[in-house]
Amino acid sequence: MLDFSLTDEQKSAAEMVKEFAEREVYPTIKEYDRKQKMNPDILPRMAELGILGINAPVRYGGQGFDYVTLGLVCEELERVDTTLRVVMSVHVGLNSMGVFQWGSEEQKQRFLAPQARGEKYAAYCLTEPGAGSDVASMRSTARRDGDDYVINGEKMWISLATVADHFLWFAKTDPDADPPHEGITAFMVEADMPGVTSGDIHGKLGVRAGSTGWVNCDDVRVPPANRIGEEGEGFKIAMTCLDNGRYTVASGATGLIRASLEASTKYAQERRTFGEPIAQHQLIQQKIAQMQQWYDCARLLYLRAGWLKNQGVRNTRETSMAKWYATDMSFQAAHEAVQVHGAYGYSDEYDVERYLRNSRGAIIYEGTSEIHQLIQAGYAFGWRRDKPLRCELPAYDPDFWQAEE
Amino acid sequence: MKVVVCVKQTPSTTAVFSVDGSGSVSWEDPGGKPHVVNPWDEYAVEEGIRLQEEHGGDAIALTMGDEESQEALKTCLAMGCTEAILVSDPAFAGSDTRGTARVLASAIEKLEDVDVALFGKQAIDGDSGLTPMQVAVTLGWTPLTFVSAIKEIDLDGGAITVERLVQGGKQTVTTPLPVVISVVKEINEPRYPSFMGIRKANRATIPTWTAADLDIEEGNAGSSASKVDWSNIYEPPPRDTTVEIIEAETVEEQAKILADRLFEEKVI
Repeated sequence: MLDFSLTDEQKSAAEMVKEFAEREVYPTIKEYDRKQKMNPDILPRMAELGILGINAPVRYGGQGFDYVTLGLVCEELERVDTTLRVVMSVHVGLNSMGVFQWGSEEQKQRFLAPQARGEKYAAYCLTEPGAGSDVASMRSTARRDGDDYVINGEKMWISLATVADHFLWFAKTDPDADPPHEGITAFMVEADMPGVTSGDIHGKLGVRAGSTGWVNCDDVRVPPANRIGEEGEGFKIAMTCLDNGRYTVASGATGLIRASLEASTKYAQERRTFGEPIAQHQLIQQKIAQMQQWYDCARLLYLRAGWLKNQGVRNTRETSMAKWYATDMSFQAAHEAVQVHGAYGYSDEYDVERYLRNSRGAIIYEGTSEIHQLIQAGYAFGWRRDKPLRCELPAYDPDFWQAEE
Repeated sequence: MKVVVCVKQTPSTTAVFSVDGSGSVSWEDPGGKPHVVNPWDEYAVEEGIRLQEEHGGDAIALTMGDEESQEALKTCLAMGCTEAILVSDPAFAGSDTRGTARVLASAIEKLEDVDVALFGKQAIDGDSGLTPMQVAVTLGWTPLTFVSAIKEIDLDGGAITVERLVQGGKQTVTTPLPVVISVVKEINEPRYPSFMGIRKANRATIPTWTAADLDIEEGNAGSSASKVDWSNIYEPPPRDTTVEIIEAETVEEQAKILADRLFEEKVI
């Protein structure tokens, strides 16, 4: 059976988020982008409206919607600005869904529920100044001291660094492990723990209206109740979180392609050269057709990944494909959109230059496009196989998700 | 208290209105969203929900239209209305505002004990703004039009105090309940449908009342009863305009030339 239809609930949820982004974010986005500041009203509003817990079960403070709706929401958010979707990637995809998949019942109540309700903001701390794609070379450590762990290390390029209350932090509990990635463990570090400091990075090419920064742990004492999963399970946890974060990046990038397409079709019908709207020129039409093709393909790829998540089927390869394709093509689409707009597209009088700057980062974070190509080739050759996990991401079950208790 | 919010499903605000040579009207929406709750009515829905939240009771969304109008009612439920009723009958098709008012008034009477019937000040398609007044006349209730704030409701004493926007100022009016109110956008900021509300709305069964349920006799509604004749619909001819770009060395000089020209043309 093959069914491409969305339910009325999914469509209405996406429509509501679209309205919010257009009404409350779009009018001031250029101003905050120029100021390199996050609009302080945005996160509280996303929390209040329930967007930060869209796909968490109601019993954990969420709205009880499915994984496909999460994708649709991310598409609508990034269509207006990438910073909104980045919030979803780290708060929902990389942190909350990780706690939902790997956390104990007690941890779901302590961390996931306030995050889904938007009372606490969440971030994901994997990347370090010297460790990006090469995760296993991380230098952050968690040393046992009595019952507690003492964490030291610095994380870099962390979205919501100065805003988040909960950091899903990866550190080595066994720095001598062989292979090295088996020495990594995951912890929930709380921003108010003594020794935690953070700061924002300015001068970024894009996502300027968002918080991106560094987080430092200096002898931070973390109780064992904050360890997510078992010791040595951190690498697997990090990778499964990426399966969810990348899903939000893919669906968001799809929204960015749509934004480029919409801006270009509008402008091409208004702007006249050689006595007619530029939409009449075939090379402009070609760009529009390509953007439409990229949009359709990217959307199909992320919806397939969302469907697999709903079914409870592992989707590392499919999500990686969606993320690689959608982000590469969102950059292409924004590039062509600037070209359609000509010199006007080069100034921030129009939105497309922001689309171009905002699209670039996603080709680097959550797996560079190069890493995704290695992943795809690995699966194609049969070198890479998904092994069963101790904790799989649960399939979407509306009864469980929507029940109060 | 019992509040009824009368809404209309209209084309979306981004729809492009056009009339062909034969006078047929079409509303095409490139954004692909064919119909919405009339944007003016959203303020009425918000006010109805706020009254219900404050005073308890019901906020009931009511619309007259075809089956598709259920979508508008679902939006009202998703925003927080406690119930929704669709009034639909082929006999109502082609009603003018008077016919529509008779049908809505009859439905409001059937609901019994309604304290306040809320409307948006007009619909973005027909734009007449007549229906709230005509409903009030039919019911024999006090009409309060262009209401920008509901100041006080005294349910025990059966009175309401509102602020109306009138030419050049505001007017405070106190009158006995029940009343028909049409609201302006200054009254509130409509909320979005909530996620929980969306789920509830999509599962709701919306009752449909027909002409028989409302005792509407032939000749009181529908095209046969319509006193308004839309015999000739056409797009207004484009106005002859000229554009003049004012050039000067500085913005101040440009502004001065512009001000002088506006005085000359007696615009200001």
